[in-house]
Amino acid sequence: MKSFRPAIHGWLLLLPAAAFLALFTHYPAVATFWHSFFSTPKGNRPARFVGLMQYETMLDDPIFWIALGNNLVFAAATIPLSIVLAIVMALWVNEKIAGRGLLRLAYFTPTMLPMIAVANIWLFFYTPDYGLLDQIRGLFGLPAWNWLGSRDTALMCLIVVTVWKEAGFFMIFYLAALQQIPPDLGEAASIEGAGRWYFFRRVTFPLLMPTTLFVLINAVINAFRLVDHVVVMTRGGPDNTTSLLLFYIYEVGFKFWDIGYAASLTMVLLAVLGLVACLQFFYLDRRIHYQ
Amino acid sequence: MSRIVVSDIVKDWGGTRAVDRIGFVAEAGRLLVLLGPSGCGKSTTLRLIAGLEEATAGRIEIGGRDVTRLPPAERRIAMVFQSYALFPHLSVAENIVFGLRVRRVDAAERARRLKRVAELVGLAGLLERKPAQLSGGQRQRVALGRAIIAEAPVCLMDEPLSNLDAQLRHEMRSEIRALQRRIGMTMIYVTHDQTEAMTMADHVILMREGRIEQQGTPEDLYTRPASAFAARFLGTPPMNLIALDSVRPHLPPVASEGALLLGVRPERVTLVASGVPALVEAVEYLGADTVIQCRIADQPFAARVPGHAPVGVGDRVALAWDAAEQHLFRKDGGARVESAPPERTGKRPAANAR
Ligand SMILES: Nc1ncnc2c1ncn2[C@@H]1O[C@H](COP(=O)(O)OP(=O)(O)OP(=O)(O)O)[C@@H](O)[C@H]1O
Ligand SMILES: [Mg+2]
Repeated sequence: MKSFRPAIHGWLLLLPAAAFLALFTHYPAVATFWHSFFSTPKGNRPARFVGLMQYETMLDDPIFWIALGNNLVFAAATIPLSIVLAIVMALWVNEKIAGRGLLRLAYFTPTMLPMIAVANIWLFFYTPDYGLLDQIRGLFGLPAWNWLGSRDTALMCLIVVTVWKEAGFFMIFYLAALQQIPPDLGEAASIEGAGRWYFFRRVTFPLLMPTTLFVLINAVINAFRLVDHVVVMTRGGPDNTTSLLLFYIYEVGFKFWDIGYAASLTMVLLAVLGLVACLQFFYLDRRIHYQ
Repeated sequence: MSRIVVSDIVKDWGGTRAVDRIGFVAEAGRLLVLLGPSGCGKSTTLRLIAGLEEATAGRIEIGGRDVTRLPPAERRIAMVFQSYALFPHLSVAENIVFGLRVRRVDAAERARRLKRVAELVGLAGLLERKPAQLSGGQRQRVALGRAIIAEAPVCLMDEPLSNLDAQLRHEMRSEIRALQRRIGMTMIYVTHDQTEAMTMADHVILMREGRIEQQGTPEDLYTRPASAFAARFLGTPPMNLIALDSVRPHLPPVASEGALLLGVRPERVTLVASGVPALVEAVEYLGADTVIQCRIADQPFAARVPGHAPVGVGDRVALAWDAAEQHLFRKDGGARVESAPPERTGKRPAANAR
């Protein structure tokens, strides 16, 4: 009987947060799952049960496959790049260098800016002729280039913007983790003759693994959740080369008003994210040392 | 072999001087102890020798090589940190062979040395554990194992036993000493525990506020403390120091000038029928002997007598000691004063008077 009371206490304390989570996260997810088996209501035709038809449509939808492919490329590029950059920056600003407070702030600034502002800054960089990039190209006598309007470079441009924005954010987590590592480990290693790279590989990086897992999950979710930059910078163009999953869902749902199909696309996105999260937790988690 | 010569090293931290022109020699194959109260600069001195800090001035030589400006890796030393500094994600075995891997010692050799060292430090059954799964004493032995597997000619230790209980500390003390002798390494051992210094050292350096107060064998420091500070720092209970004038009437004449402190070790004091009168304040029975805390002319004074002493709190007792066991120190500064035989006073060589 006694042991119940703390449990009840705990549940009561969790209740408000749990209620809001259920209302705004769990219920919509379940509702979406439910809607994905129905047709989209149109005018006087109400939604009716269509089973897996929406999912069958998806298999034959070339734009869905393009968006999925784009998203995979986007994730495969942004995640490792931003993590590596974050670690490098964190190691750098963790050193005893003059003005490191300023440097930390500088690296963190992109994260503090609103997404739309970031997108606008980079729109200027990418502008043909007048943009920063083309002005630099001009110095070398190279012709103007339509960065965002070209099929070859549009997705790459989005990737650069995302890495630029995410790396500073992840750096903060790495910096916090680095400061948890006692300095005498480095001293012990230096007495044994370990170089900086060896020490990083054998000690620092393994000790950063819990942070890396956390950052990795965040990075994956962000990669599949990105929509703002696409809306502001390219609107999925040219020729769907920058259409990412969430942007496609947004178009299907709120431009073509095909609610049923959007629901089934959302389920696919959720499934992808769930799968990745499971993999990370159950596979990586076992190989990580927690202090 | 690896003699360590430290000459006039100085370390400034911003405005404060942690180490102030220290110089000493650690003979090859010997165990030298850096002893002193907290904050006196022991760790800083050790870290300067290890190369973890850069000396503001001075010179350090290891095995005849000037290493003052060399990085730690090139000084061919091993070190045991006060905090052990074990790699938390690596097993005991991997912690111990860390340095061998760095130096690319081949696997067979590594395994051979690991086996020997693990037996030496008594960790053979625990090699697969992580440091978090070990007791304090076991961790300390991992740190020790990591230091000795390198077979470096020099080993530096910074208060390696400070986190252990009395029993374990006693065991480890003799283990470290035996190991040091067997391998024949030159060891510099930092501690603030005078018992550790007395029992382990070949040579003791007593530090105070960044300077060397006295150095010599444990016996030198015990029998001829160079200052009141050194006298109080070694021995349990510490040496009694009282104003000479307060007991002068009860003693054979002592020739001296200026205000002096008289020092007598508690274990040299005996209970007698007539001698220096004292009032008993507390009696601590330790089994083999008894410490009697007294007051002489309102100054604390302890006597350590063998066995059980037939005195109680509030008793008036008489104490005596051999004149040869007396030490004299200046009241200001605490420097030692040699008690010259009376007939020689006044005939001092002119050079001393300056
Ligand atoms: N990194 C540092 N920056 C500034 N001052 C320091 C630093 N390290 C030590 N000091 C100062 O130098 C002096 C000597 O310190 P040190 O660590 O050598 O003492 P210690 O003898 O080892 O003491 P303990 O027995 O407490 O370990 C102290 O006054 C300390 O405050
Ligand atoms: Mg210290």
